[in-house]
Amino acid sequence: MKFLEEYRDAGLTKKLLRDLDKIITREWTLMEVCGGQTHSIMRSGLDQMLPPKINLVHGPGCPVCVTPLELIDKAILLASRSDVIFTSFGDMLRVPGSSKDLFSVKANGGDVRILYSPLDSLRIARENPDKTVVFFGIGFETTAPPNAMAVLQAKSQGINNFAMLVSHVTVPAAIIALMESPDVQVDGFLAAGHVCTVMGYWEYEPLAEKYRVPIVVTGFEPVDIVHGILKCINQLEKGKYEVENAYARSVTREGNLPAQAVINRVFEICDRPWRGIGVIPSSGYRLRPEFSQFDAEVHFPEIQSIETKESELCMSGLVLQGRMKPDHCPAFGKECTPQTPLGATMVSSEGACAAYYRYGRLLKVNDVLNQDLND
Amino acid sequence: MTDKVNFNGWTCPRPLQNYPTIVLGHGSGGKMMADLIQHLFSKAFDNDLLNQMADSTILDLSRVFSANGSGRFAFTTDSFVVSPLFFPGGNIGELSIYGTVNDLAMSGAKPLFLSAGFILEEGLPMATLGEVVSSMAKACTLSGVEIATGDTKVVNRGHGDGMYINTTGLGIIPQGVNISPKNARPGDFILVNGNIGDHGMAIMSLRSGLEFETTIKSDTAPLNKLVESIISETTEIHCLRDATRGGLAAVLNELAMSSKIGIEFDERSIPVQPEVNASCEMLGLDPLYIANEGKFVAVLPEAQAEKVLQVMRADPLGINAVIIGKVVDNHPGVVTARTSIGGMRVVDLPAGELLPRIC
Repeated sequence: MKFLEEYRDAGLTKKLLRDLDKIITREWTLMEVCGGQTHSIMRSGLDQMLPPKINLVHGPGCPVCVTPLELIDKAILLASRSDVIFTSFGDMLRVPGSSKDLFSVKANGGDVRILYSPLDSLRIARENPDKTVVFFGIGFETTAPPNAMAVLQAKSQGINNFAMLVSHVTVPAAIIALMESPDVQVDGFLAAGHVCTVMGYWEYEPLAEKYRVPIVVTGFEPVDIVHGILKCINQLEKGKYEVENAYARSVTREGNLPAQAVINRVFEICDRPWRGIGVIPSSGYRLRPEFSQFDAEVHFPEIQSIETKESELCMSGLVLQGRMKPDHCPAFGKECTPQTPLGATMVSSEGACAAYYRYGRLLKVNDVLNQDLND
Repeated sequence: MTDKVNFNGWTCPRPLQNYPTIVLGHGSGGKMMADLIQHLFSKAFDNDLLNQMADSTILDLSRVFSANGSGRFAFTTDSFVVSPLFFPGGNIGELSIYGTVNDLAMSGAKPLFLSAGFILEEGLPMATLGEVVSSMAKACTLSGVEIATGDTKVVNRGHGDGMYINTTGLGIIPQGVNISPKNARPGDFILVNGNIGDHGMAIMSLRSGLEFETTIKSDTAPLNKLVESIISETTEIHCLRDATRGGLAAVLNELAMSSKIGIEFDERSIPVQPEVNASCEMLGLDPLYIANEGKFVAVLPEAQAEKVLQVMRADPLGINAVIIGKVVDNHPGVVTARTSIGGMRVVDLPAGELLPRIC
């Protein structure tokens, strides 16, 4: 496949790994921000091929994982109502709330539908005028433009039986929170290529400067990721801390301006709780007041105050901050598996625990791979 | 069989009072049901066994054995609840025949007789039923089986997705054939008969909320003739499994667990057509987990692998057959893949329903 196979090339990956081996002189801890990168690393086996001096920790960039429990429980409440059709990206259905997940709501008669585009919610709303269609608007800056577009179109088309349960979060605020935390030790960041495709990377420049940390915009295929790591290590070894773009085929400094305009028209910045981490100031989007008629929490005021109960065993907060590797959690692979997840990180296709469980569990093949590198 | 009746725009003729759709009376056990059986099912599936028209069909074993040679019976059942009923490359009717025929073939059996149980939803267009039954009749001819007995029930509107079909199949396993998911041995080679993921992605492209335009067609096909050719080449076949729900990954995991062996394969060797790969990338799915309806895995001694590969490739249903990996004695119960960049990873069982990713 064009623009894909090339970036999964074994020869190119190994060449970049050898380049990396030549320049690295000491141990460095890098955080890949996006869960999509975590999965790519585990799925390709890259984690076992990197020089041992590189400690990769996995960041909070899994939208499903950081969606607060309170919002999941609200979603479950709404989806259980007979006057609601609840629409969502597929990943969210198996994420555990305080007592159940959206799949079990569906099994008990709730009308829960998986969508690929939030705009499909509007079609469903038109077809079901006697129901309110609620879309679970979650994600980072990547899903914000289509979600904002759905709200804009609902307004312009006068679709009043559509609402969105919004839990949007932003990457730069998470990087600030991590760098301000005394428990987090990260030497460099691989920024999320998809988020930067929308937002550009100019907003990371003051962060690199302030925290004296290199930030490299990185793609998702193995070659992209090694390329990003190489640039990051190169800076660290030279004592530099700049923002660099290792995903230029998709990302520009300014980003996608029309997409940003749509986000800014519909959403405004707010403080947002992150599951497992806590409230991060100015880290989320909420609907602007002029769109409050589409806010599910305004539409259904009874869901505004609810009680939640987080699993006592789950340590996903530490995992999401890069403070614990998934397989170091005592519940990993025991009480907590993809079939019986205690936290969202074990569910999502971007969750770090799921990536470790799915691709890394039971595997001890370092010797095979090291031998391969010398080919 | 199907030449006898043309189902295009078909409605039940009088004395069914020309109902254009299924009504509850068609499952009542009375005259309407008898007419439906006589005018539709019996015509389409016409054979001596079905024409016994008794509460149960009598199989004369001595005649069965004299026609097919003696051996052990293979017996299997499967229910088909696919939605939509019609999809690119097939429909629920042929799926219900090939699904059961293939399950029999995977134990090395020659499929002989099938039962067909229909659960019809009130309001199902008669023409739709006609088209499905017609496809089933064609599928029976193609795979060389007969519908020996059947049943029809009608449920209230809203209580079924148009129709569900259950088929049960009976086949004879030739002497000397011993195929079981428990028989994989370290050193065995693993073959697959072609591109994976076609059926699942054809269905996925029509799924409400995820619709996308594609040329992908279901690979639904009867595998019994191909399996027969393989068995006539060598009876030294350890395991056969068709890679239906859960895809290739699920089948390899089942074999690894049943035989208590490890499996290693090379991801780059897995045949996937570009359209399937592209749709999987778009939805964040892995072709290894996507359902097939005409693909199977064969596990056999290394010495037989090349021969069987050639037999597969000589058959239209095995043109893209490849050797994908081998059975190992370390990590029993676990399947690993060598990745495109030369890394290694575990290939796990799918956790549940496949969920398209968020971004």
